[in-house]
Order: sequence, then C-alpha cells, then structure tokens
Amino acid sequence: MIYFDKVTKSYNGNGPAVEDVTLSIAPKEFVSIVGHSGAGKTTLLKLLMAEERPTEGAVFYESIDVNDLPFSALHHYRRKIGMVFQEFRLIPNKTAYENIAFAMEAAGRTDAEIATDVPYILELVNLADKAAHFPDQLSGGEKQRIAIGRAIINQPEIIIADEPTGMLDPINTYDVVEILKKINELGTTVIITTHNRGVVDAIGRRVVTMDRGKVVRDDADGHYAL
Amino acid sequence: MDWMIFKRVLMSGAKDFARGGSVSAATVLIMTVTLAIISSLVFLFALLSFTLDTIRDKVDVAAYFVTTASEEDILAVKQKLESLPQVASVSYTSAEEALATFRERHASDELTLQALDELGGNPLDASLEIRAKDPSQYESIASFLQASPALSADGASIIDRVNYTQNKDVIDRLALAIRATRQVGLAVVLIFALASILIAFATIRLAIYSSRDEIAVMRLVGASNAYIQGPFIVAGIITGVIAASIVLLLLWPATLYTGAKTADWFGGFNLASYYLSHFALLFGILMGSGVLLGGVASVLAARKYLKV
Repeated sequence: MIYFDKVTKSYNGNGPAVEDVTLSIAPKEFVSIVGHSGAGKTTLLKLLMAEERPTEGAVFYESIDVNDLPFSALHHYRRKIGMVFQEFRLIPNKTAYENIAFAMEAAGRTDAEIATDVPYILELVNLADKAAHFPDQLSGGEKQRIAIGRAIINQPEIIIADEPTGMLDPINTYDVVEILKKINELGTTVIITTHNRGVVDAIGRRVVTMDRGKVVRDDADGHYAL
Repeated sequence: MDWMIFKRVLMSGAKDFARGGSVSAATVLIMTVTLAIISSLVFLFALLSFTLDTIRDKVDVAAYFVTTASEEDILAVKQKLESLPQVASVSYTSAEEALATFRERHASDELTLQALDELGGNPLDASLEIRAKDPSQYESIASFLQASPALSADGASIIDRVNYTQNKDVIDRLALAIRATRQVGLAVVLIFALASILIAFATIRLAIYSSRDEIAVMRLVGASNAYIQGPFIVAGIITGVIAASIVLLLLWPATLYTGAKTADWFGGFNLASYYLSHFALLFGILMGSGVLLGGVASVLAARKYLKV
C-alpha cells in the first residue's frame, strides 16, 4: 500500500535527514516509527504527505508516485490520509464541531452528511458536550481527541500521527492510544511516530526503529528497543 | 464553484471576520484611514479643478467692431463663432451698453465724464466677448477671426481689432500654469493614494500572517486552495465595505462643518454641497477601493502561505 523506495531527503547544506530508506507498509497495519529526535521520523511522514519532496528515490501510495502529483491535485490525495500532529494544530477561531466539520466541508460533503457524521465522531472521541468550545477552551487531551476526530471523519485509508502523545499526560496518552487502536481495528492503516516507550509497548505491533536518518530495525512484533 | 461551496466560503469568511476581534477591528481602522485619505484626495482634486475653472473663466478674448458695423452683421459673426467647437460662450456688448458701463464705472470721475461729453456721440465700439473651453484654444479662435474677417456691405472688415495679441502672454502663461498644476495635483494624489494602499496591504498581510499555520493545516487536511483563500477574501471585502461605510458616514458631518467655514475662503467651493452632488461618485470610489483593496490584499497575502 505504501512503499518508500530508496528514499533520501537532504535539506540544503546539512547531511541527509532521511537516508536510503526502503520500507513498505501493508493495508490495515499499525506501524510505530520510533527513534530519538532528529532520527528522521517526522521527515518520513512529511514525505508521505508530500509536504516535502525526496532528494532521491520515490514514495508510492498504491500505484501513485506521490512526488509526481501536481500541486493542484495534492488536496485530493491528502483526503485519503488523516493527519494528527503533536501540537494538535486545530484552527483556533473554529469551534470543536467546526474543526471536525471543516475536513468534511473541504472534501465537498453535503450539509446533511456533516450534520449526521460530526456529532457521531464527537460522541466517539467522547467530547459531545464540548462541541461549541473553541480550542483554547479545551485541555491538551481534548484538543488531541478533536484532532483525531478531524483526521478520521472522512474515513481515510491511512491515519498518520506524528508524536500524537508528545504533549499529553499519561492518562490522556492512554486514551489517545486506545482510540488509535480502535480505529486500526476498524480497518484503517495507522502510522505513528513516537519516542515514548510506554506507547510502543501498549500498542505491541510492528515497530520500525530509525537512527540518524536510517532504518536500523524493523520488528513485526516489536518493543521499544533504543 | 457550486452554490454549496460558495455559501460555505461566504459564511466562513463572515464568521472569521466576526471572531477576529481586535485583529478585524485594527484592519478596519487602518482601512478606514486609507479610505479617508483617498476621499480627502478626491475633495482636494475637486477643489483644485474648481479653482482652476474659476480662474479660467475670468479670461476671455474680445473682438471690437468698427463703429459703422451694424448690429445685424455683428450678430452674424456671433453665430459663426458659436458654431466653433472650441468656443464655450460668446456674449454681445453693444456700443450703447459699453458706454453705459463706462459711465457707471467712472461715475465719480468728473474729469473723464466731462471729456466724454465734449467728444460728443459714442466713441466706444460694440464688442463680442468670447470664452474658450480651454485657454489654449484662444489662439485658434483669434486666428479664425483674422483669417475670415467679417465683411460689411462695402467690402471693408467690420472687425476693428481683437485683443488676443495684447493678452497673449497672460493667456499662454495661465494655460501652462493650469495644465502644470493639474498634472502636479494628479501626481500628488496618486502618490498619496499609493502610499495609503500599501499601508492597507501591509495590515491585511499581517492579519493573514497570523493565520499561516492554520492555512498549512487546511492544506494538509485536504482543502483546495480556492476553498482556503475564499473566506480570507470574503473577510477582506467585509473589512473594505465596513471601512467605506464608516468614511461615507463621517464625511457628511465633516464636510458640513468644514464646508461652512471654508466656502468663502475657497472662492465659493462648498465641501458639503460637493459631497451631496457627487455622492454617487464618492460612494463608487470608496466602496470600489475598499472592496478591491480588501479582496486583492487577501488573495496576495493568503497565496504566500498556500505553498504547502
């Protein structure tokens, strides 16, 4: 489903952030990418989102060469992927409800669909009572749950979560991991980056370990091994 | 873009503007100042034109006729002049009227009146005072009079003299001054308008700069560029419309107050009556620049952050 073919990414002047990475991810997998900061985890995700272009090699999503997509077609491709960020990145002047609805509006879904799906997702992330709150009125864990709601609302084929628990306390971390596991069980491919041993062990699925831009381990039934 | 998307963009832009709070208020304020400057430039230019027109109207060229010329012949010349495209107006002063005016003007000057009485009869000529549409056209009118001298029955010219050559220097200099002033005035107006437009642009860009991360997220969530930019453009246009309305509202008491105080000083140009008689023009200019400035600035500013 996802295939990184000998991908190298260098930022001008510095050494490569990602070097000669070959990696494939099958549908419905739950992959944790672990490593110290600066190991290239986030760069790998950005390459998949086409936020960055590889210096060498290619990234494939099914048969699509992601880097061949014209700028004007990127948003269609990105609708297949739900993205969750460490710093939540909700739209500050939209309410929780509107933040989730935005992803549906952007995808051109009808008002009727939005009116049924958004409350359902709010219920799913357990925040139905906070629908009218703005992001600055929510706690970190609540913001991240809204962000996950926004990522899954269009039923994407993949969820990419970049350090989703990096700014959360242990209880909220547990909640977020449980939600991601549930999403995966429903058939969505999930890729997360983390350097939290507890998260990796709680997931207990495939672990890809990165160090200085390279993949150094790839364990099917992994544990945190750094 | 279909109706549903258009409606969403519109709603979202209006909401963003309303929730923008102090940022929206600040952009409206700056835009108001910009439009106020633009409107005062409109008034300034109108005042300048009015003053130049007043000066121009004081200039004319007179053709004096020989005393033997009949009124009928003179009126024929008048008709011919009126058919010229350069001529704004022609007025006829008969010899009797010239004499009456002369007597009136020198009513307190016994000596002159005595001399006039001693001469007997009427030594003054009938004349046509010709006013051109533009001072630069006096030359062609004068040469028209000289090239086609109106003939009386016995074949001699009935035009005694045309005072153009005497006034030529003054008229030429005035024409030049009016043209130069108009050009300089226009340049000053354009420079000030440009400066204030740049300030409004910078403000809107700053407001959108604070949303740059939001724009990146929208891209990553899968929104198209048009869908992201739309609400910013709507908010920009709302800013422009509100600012233009504020300026139009404030202009009425402002022109009423200053107009009453300055009308005499401006040689009869009243700001308030200009505002009323040219309301459609001002409305068009202010709304047009407000909408255009807000919209274009938003497009340019948002586009910068859409490269994700």
